[in-house]
Amino acid sequence: MVIAAALLAGACDLRRSAVLDPKGPIALAERDLLFDAFFVMMLVVVPVIVLTLAFAWRYRASNTKAAYAPKWAESLRLDAFVWLVPAVIVIAVAVLVWRSTHKLDPYRPIDAAVPPLEVQVVAQDWKWLFIYPDQGIAVVNQLAFPSGRPVSLRITSDTVMNSFYVPQLAGQIYAMAGMQTRLQLLADQPGKFVGRNSMYSGGGFSDQFFEVLSLGPADFDVWVAKARQAPAKLDAPTYTALTAKSRLHPITYYSAVEPRLFDSIIAKYTHAHHAPAAGTPVGAAPRR
Amino acid sequence: MFGRLTIEALPLYSAIAAGGAAVTVGGALLVAIVITWLGAWRYLWTDWLTSVDHKRIGVMYIVLALIMLLRGFVDAIMMRAQQAMALNSGGYLPPEHFDQIFSSHGTIMIFFMAMPFMTGLINIIVPLQIGTRDVAFPFLNSLSLWLTASGAGLVMLSLVIGKFSTAGWTGYPPYSGVEANPGVGVDYWIWAILISGVGSTLSGINFIVTILKRRAPGMTLMRMTPFVWTALCASVLMAFAFPALTVACGLLALDRTFGMHFFTNAHGGNMMNYPNLFWIWGHPEVYILILPAFGIFSEVVSTFSRKRLFGYESLVYATAAIAILSFTVWLHHFFTMGSSANVNAFFGITTMIIAVPTGVKVFNWLLTMYRGRIDFHPSMMWTIGFMVTFVIGGMTGVLLAIPSADFLMHNTTFLVAHFHNMIIPGVLFGYLAGYMYWFPKAFGFALDRKWGLASFWCWMIGFYLAFMPLYLLGFKGMPRRMEQYNDPSWQPYLMVAASGAFVVLLGIAAMVMQLYVSVRDRKKTADVTGDPFDGRTLEWATSSPPPAYNFAVLPEVRDREAFLDMKERGVERQRPAAYEDIHMPRNSMVGVAMGAFAFAFGFAMIWHIWWLAAACGLAMWVAMIARSSDDDAEFRISAAEVKQIEDARFRALGSQAGRRA
Repeated sequence: MVIAAALLAGACDLRRSAVLDPKGPIALAERDLLFDAFFVMMLVVVPVIVLTLAFAWRYRASNTKAAYAPKWAESLRLDAFVWLVPAVIVIAVAVLVWRSTHKLDPYRPIDAAVPPLEVQVVAQDWKWLFIYPDQGIAVVNQLAFPSGRPVSLRITSDTVMNSFYVPQLAGQIYAMAGMQTRLQLLADQPGKFVGRNSMYSGGGFSDQFFEVLSLGPADFDVWVAKARQAPAKLDAPTYTALTAKSRLHPITYYSAVEPRLFDSIIAKYTHAHHAPAAGTPVGAAPRR
Repeated sequence: MFGRLTIEALPLYSAIAAGGAAVTVGGALLVAIVITWLGAWRYLWTDWLTSVDHKRIGVMYIVLALIMLLRGFVDAIMMRAQQAMALNSGGYLPPEHFDQIFSSHGTIMIFFMAMPFMTGLINIIVPLQIGTRDVAFPFLNSLSLWLTASGAGLVMLSLVIGKFSTAGWTGYPPYSGVEANPGVGVDYWIWAILISGVGSTLSGINFIVTILKRRAPGMTLMRMTPFVWTALCASVLMAFAFPALTVACGLLALDRTFGMHFFTNAHGGNMMNYPNLFWIWGHPEVYILILPAFGIFSEVVSTFSRKRLFGYESLVYATAAIAILSFTVWLHHFFTMGSSANVNAFFGITTMIIAVPTGVKVFNWLLTMYRGRIDFHPSMMWTIGFMVTFVIGGMTGVLLAIPSADFLMHNTTFLVAHFHNMIIPGVLFGYLAGYMYWFPKAFGFALDRKWGLASFWCWMIGFYLAFMPLYLLGFKGMPRRMEQYNDPSWQPYLMVAASGAFVVLLGIAAMVMQLYVSVRDRKKTADVTGDPFDGRTLEWATSSPPPAYNFAVLPEVRDREAFLDMKERGVERQRPAAYEDIHMPRNSMVGVAMGAFAFAFGFAMIWHIWWLAAACGLAMWVAMIARSSDDDAEFRISAAEVKQIEDARFRALGSQAGRRA
């Protein structure tokens, strides 16, 4: 009884878990892939487990009534069966893989009527900086956007390798210094989620999470207006101070951002010996 | 004079660190005292440490593996305990400590538990199964052992002097680079791996040559046992894959020690090349570990089902296919690094293709049990436990091989659960099955069955309790390697996982008990026949333990199940008309010496003691030249001595037969 109750409580708890309860189309599609592949694999897993236990029991040494064929070791038909059945299953899943990987390519913009909101993401020790180039604002440890509008992220790191991870909305991608990676996300409804770094990065790693806010369009405008009133501005010296190691950094808004800050963070590593001229494309994405 | 080694290196910064050091030093001292008390130093030196006998080297590898299993398991249980406690609090381990523990756990379990366990089993059994007297290069074998032991020694030393790496067992830069991690920890990790990695490469070459060139007359490739086939494929992988690891770690060492920029953030370094190189080794490494375990399962399932292995040829082709395909999937370890959809999809599909030959193997084992007469010896239980559990790990592996799904599950505890689900049932259960199966061959008495079964059940139940919750936590988005967390819904799962670790602890205790009981009762369970399980392959044709020369006369092989075939023809105890002199390799202390120099060299490189590094490098070179110029590396066992040993064996066999009648 106690165990059954615990399992039931666990099942209810799991239904609300981040991966199984996605809040946007990207994470939903990724989760459904997990489910599809899971059910296909059950075609192999269940028979193997059942047959192993059944054979072990049926052909136990003490059961002398069971057939015994000590020399039987070959069967072309069974050989063909054991090669072909897994092969067919793999071909089926391979088609799924090819299609889904292209459809859910994190570099591919989400199809939507509204243009995506551009956000630039910088991983630091041990916090996340989000720069909104079109709004001219920046914020530490909080990512806000309007629900129903795709968000297009450009991600880099100003420290060691990190992985930007929002399980309920988009999965993850690595953040690497001197490079830019991309991720697209979209939240269907307003809500509050947790994002974090999933790639071990040192002593403050466990605390390196951030708040993800999906807001109604009007609420998002209010949020932007509030950020624009913040006293702090993210100019070059402020940015440098921000890069110092810190844990559980409070959510901080900046009403203005040094122009091309994101590009210069990447350029700092790629053009160490000469500053880039304005307008020069910087930052080699790992792709292209 | 002492580089960056100062008194600060002593672990007096925390009680836990000091405790770890005290246990390590105390343990070493205790062993030394016991050996002295037994007056066994000379025996140990001449009969074991300097031995080039493949059986003794194999035993020493496994002793190393079991000691490191204990150490690695202590790390594991400390981590589980920490995570069970650390909701909104620091638990009992500060981050710096926790981070060293997860790094050393992975490093030890892969490089210094699984690798030596596998190499030890191959060493003991492969020459016997192919009917030869030793490996192709007996001295090289000793050198490989001592290089592996030096690597393990460096990891243990990091408990006492300095600290270990906090960069995980994979050591990704730039975190493992000198800017983020200026201390000695990463250097300990690098040099432990570099030194033991050379040992593994040499082992691989040694076994390839042994298996290809040293088989008994009549043993064609398609008459080799499944274990020999898997050992051959694993050895090929070792010889080709380990150099990639050596290069990756070597470049990282150049970055760290000499300020170069292979993997740094700036100055033209490219950190992405490191995971690329690391996993070109790392994925084949999974198969290096698991293929020999598959071989063991094949032997065990056939012996204890009292039935010929089903689909031998299929199994051989499946093994070879896995070995080749293992070099085509490494990118699935970093789908999330930003490769294009074409690249990710390609590697996702190649990964799934490996599931086909693996599935074939599982079906072949199943069909071997079908219409058999199954004896539930502990080795068979490990095998059945493996089959049931491994398919679950295979299934989660296919899920992770879908790039878009991997975006969700990568770096979470789901991933941790998946690879433990492959490595514990797949690799460790296989090695333990081999350990309990071949123990009587190596020592002449059997292991206790009751304690073996107790150990199996504890491991099996403990495994499910420890890792099923981690799969579920992955769904909750919990990253791996968290020292503390603030989500209360995670804690119940982590507490169940911790309880699983304690059940595994009982399993380990049962293994220790099994060893104790078996040694105590060794007279009762002595194996005089050399064939306690009605075996099918050549290792059972000789005595237990085998004489130094294994076979007085090299056997003639006529069937895949060579020994069963001999028994069926009634020639298994046939004695030759006359014996001949046998030439065997002479023991050598050069292997131990070179291992010791390598250890000191690694220590010097870690602490930047350049004069010592130069001296040890030179000493290794000189030892190698001296050994290469030594033409007197063999000794002769005269025909009369061989006859004496064999006569004694046949007398014992006769009296055994008399007692039975």
